[in-house]
Amino acid sequence: MSDATRAEIAVVACAELFHGDGEIVASPMGLVPQLGAKLARQTFAPDLLLSDGEAYLLTPESDAGQKVIEGWQPFKKMLDVIVPHGKRHVIMGASQIDRFGNQNISAIGDHSRPTRQLLGVRGGPGNTVNHRTSYWVPRHSTRVFVDAVDVVSGVGYDNAQKAGPAATAFHDVHRVVTNLGVFDFETPDRSMRVVSAHPGVTLDEITANTGFALDKSSVTETRMPTDEELHLIRNVLDPKNLRDKEVRA
Amino acid sequence: MADKRMTLDQVVGELEDGMTIGIGGWGSRRKPMALVRAILRSELKDLTIVSYGGPDVGLLAAAGRIKKLVFGFVTLDSIPLDPHFCRARQDGKLIVAEYDEGMFAAGLSAAAKRLPFLPIRAGLGSSVVTTNPDLKTVRSPYSDEELIAMPALRLDVALVHMNRADIHGNAQYLGPDPYFDDDFALAADRCFVSAEKVIPTDELTRGKPVQTLLLNRSAVAGVVEAPNGAHFTSCYPDYGRDETFQRRYAESGKTAEGWREFHDRFLVGDEASYQAEVTKLREEAA
Repeated sequence: MSDATRAEIAVVACAELFHGDGEIVASPMGLVPQLGAKLARQTFAPDLLLSDGEAYLLTPESDAGQKVIEGWQPFKKMLDVIVPHGKRHVIMGASQIDRFGNQNISAIGDHSRPTRQLLGVRGGPGNTVNHRTSYWVPRHSTRVFVDAVDVVSGVGYDNAQKAGPAATAFHDVHRVVTNLGVFDFETPDRSMRVVSAHPGVTLDEITANTGFALDKSSVTETRMPTDEELHLIRNVLDPKNLRDKEVRA
Repeated sequence: MADKRMTLDQVVGELEDGMTIGIGGWGSRRKPMALVRAILRSELKDLTIVSYGGPDVGLLAAAGRIKKLVFGFVTLDSIPLDPHFCRARQDGKLIVAEYDEGMFAAGLSAAAKRLPFLPIRAGLGSSVVTTNPDLKTVRSPYSDEELIAMPALRLDVALVHMNRADIHGNAQYLGPDPYFDDDFALAADRCFVSAEKVIPTDELTRGKPVQTLLLNRSAVAGVVEAPNGAHFTSCYPDYGRDETFQRRYAESGKTAEGWREFHDRFLVGDEASYQAEVTKLREEAA
């Protein structure tokens, strides 16, 4: 158990995001979140629905390689029904994220002529005002954790508040998981708080790699994977150890 | 019933400078690439392109044909960013209207229903509101909710690629996802369909569920038979994405010479010569 890698700790931290979600669609973007969602479904969250990233919903048996389709979820259904209906929890990536949980995956710099064009806002605006949203950042740095994002793709607490009741009704930025720790927004002004530092990570390291002040009033240590979780990650879900490419050991 | 068969170049002959053109598919999936290549061979310019963007947007941007782009993302899927699109943006060469993916769908749907707008939650509180200064909100007459009024994305022309069609314009997808091609068709004054194969009407549903018939002939102005016409994007179940070719395309975006070389080898001749070069490249790699 003590030989768990940082990537494996991050996978378990992502899995933990789905605690209590019940029978909803989990939409994890990126390998570590995908492993986390599958791990949650294989252990404490058996009712989660998961797609293949395209049009099929696949059963838990599929996580080990045998593809069993249980549902159809083409992009139109995702945008017309699944997202607005709200039975969904997405983990998106973030090129930038600020202290109130605003996220940017669109472009760096001035929007009319960006210094670096990224993906575009994608489904970020719709996800964040319709259902629970978390973020995964594989390399926690001051380049990502900035004072103010250049483009608001995912809506943070301050901007949701300003946009009124229709924006806040279902707005729920749950947590941010990085290679260094776990964060949430459970503070009086909804600014970012350290929930836990991963084993071996100091608060100083987190502070030095974050471009704004964090609430550190109740920091714990991220839990280690159990033997069962390590077995599932290593032998069933990611036998080729691709997770170490996303999170350096 | 009309025989609507046309050639790729005849379709492009129906297009005009400055038109608003919707392009079906999604990212690097079932894009009407043969029709896009035909546009590249033409002199068309100042286009407003409305697309769930992939290499269709990248190619048209690299060739300087786009005046304005209406989009929610541009991606090659297996390669996150399209380098040609990124370069055009970073050089300030595109006017853009950037929307959330769901807003984009609502805009097409509003146009298809002949409504001026549809209310939607997506967009509230995000930069979509500030970067689209014309975007308005609408107050619910039943509650205190103020929502985005997504304007109809009305199109002059839609271009989509399907697996099968008949000569009258009944068109069929056989892969797992219809994407938004039906909304593109109905949001446009005229929709042109390219298809892997044009087959007799009575063969469309032979052994295939009727739900695969996405477009009926009333929505389609012209049909082009274009085998491998979505290449190098995916077109399941006829073929998957040509990842080797896509990597080469993405590489070509890194330098001006790279693009010129790619353009001159693949995009100058007609569709047959494109497909011949693709086959030759595959043999070179084997």
